[in-house]
Amino acid sequence: MTDFRLSRRDLFRLGLVAGPASLAVSCGWQGGPLQPQLQAVSRFNDWIGEKLFVSNSRLAPEHPVSERTPPEHFPVYSRTRPPARIAVPEDWALEVGGLVRNPQRLTLAMIQALPRITYTVKHHCVEGWTAIATWTGAPLSTVIALAEPTAEARYLRFDTLDAGYFNGWDLKSAMHPQTILAYAFNDGPLGPQRGAPLRVYSPIKLGYKLTKHLSRMTFTSERPGGFWEDKGYPWLGGI
Amino acid sequence: MSKTPFLRRHHWLVRATHWLNAVLLLGMIGSGLQIYNAFPHFGIRGEPYLPNPWDDMGFPNAVRLGGWLAGGLNWHFALAWPFAITGFVYLLYLGLSGEWRSILFRPSDLPKAAQMQLYYLRLRKEHPPQGKHNALQKGAYSFIILLGVLSVLTGFAIYKPVQLFWLVAAFGGYELARYWHFWAVWLFVGFSLVHVLMVFLVDPASLRAMITGKYKGRFPSHD
Repeated sequence: MTDFRLSRRDLFRLGLVAGPASLAVSCGWQGGPLQPQLQAVSRFNDWIGEKLFVSNSRLAPEHPVSERTPPEHFPVYSRTRPPARIAVPEDWALEVGGLVRNPQRLTLAMIQALPRITYTVKHHCVEGWTAIATWTGAPLSTVIALAEPTAEARYLRFDTLDAGYFNGWDLKSAMHPQTILAYAFNDGPLGPQRGAPLRVYSPIKLGYKLTKHLSRMTFTSERPGGFWEDKGYPWLGGI
Repeated sequence: MSKTPFLRRHHWLVRATHWLNAVLLLGMIGSGLQIYNAFPHFGIRGEPYLPNPWDDMGFPNAVRLGGWLAGGLNWHFALAWPFAITGFVYLLYLGLSGEWRSILFRPSDLPKAAQMQLYYLRLRKEHPPQGKHNALQKGAYSFIILLGVLSVLTGFAIYKPVQLFWLVAAFGGYELARYWHFWAVWLFVGFSLVHVLMVFLVDPASLRAMITGKYKGRFPSHD
């Protein structure tokens, strides 16, 4: 007859595995001392993402206007809750500078005079929900071409009218044909909550990368951080 | 105590990947539930959400890993690497060693699985003959390997839905891929509970074998 009972040694071995495992997942442990390593892996994943998963010939599918998510079901998020009222100055213009040959100062009228793209695409939030809406704007690649970044420029930093909110993009994603400087949402101009007067929009990145209330674009050689990215969200945010 | 010798039952690669992935799976599920908490629904916004016993329900702190959404994401995308690599190493071993023959559930195993189930329900008196694993085990282990592969694939689909448009389409779109990814968790949990229960109820000697590699128990035959 076989002995069904576990010896003390067997239980000890089981504990060796189960112990640390349960400690790790208990109490919503954030991983305190392991944060730098987690951030390093996140940057490695960004590198893989940039190398393998950014194709400027891969277009996000477009949807019929009938598939739009009712705007009341398409949440607006802001740095603060409730969202701060972002005042747009009378003389607002988009400053384009940094590592460029032709710095620009573009008013809304000038941007709207550039070629325009309209598309109805699916928005992906990092939280896991999606929403379909129509966006209209000038291709970011057109504005980049006007500014003529130098060979050292690898990143684009976006600053906003919301003090303290900023982030950065890889230049390749900025050049993607569906990346636009958007000034219209669904059937009207970009509203205050959606990012007036101008925001970045692109179906190839998660929502938190699509910077609202733009004030300045700066071409840099060093990777810019970002409001959410510096807190730990993945920097590339590409989908 | 009998005088039968210990049999070599599990190669060290099997044992290492088994325990490593057990721990990593806990981390994947913990961080996954942390991510789920950010939007505890499935489906299209504005339409009724897909059936889900945990709809609108956040999971308690004790089972979440990461503290908040960014933490959950970072843990998930960090642990995903060793999880997938370990799984891949195990599959490689299964293929190259020929051990897949003792695990793979084939159509001919269906009647044998039925007989095994009848035995467990005490509706059949004699234990059906078996090799290293019985037909129900083959079914369970083959299924869990498939589930692991599907978890990784649905994970990639929701990680890069635009770049991997073909993969996300195969699962019925982003919202459904995310849904299947979530259900895989509960299938893993259900499997693990039954698996651990059966180890202790049927063949505790198999636990020692999965740690040391040496087996002295009720089912010494090999395929």
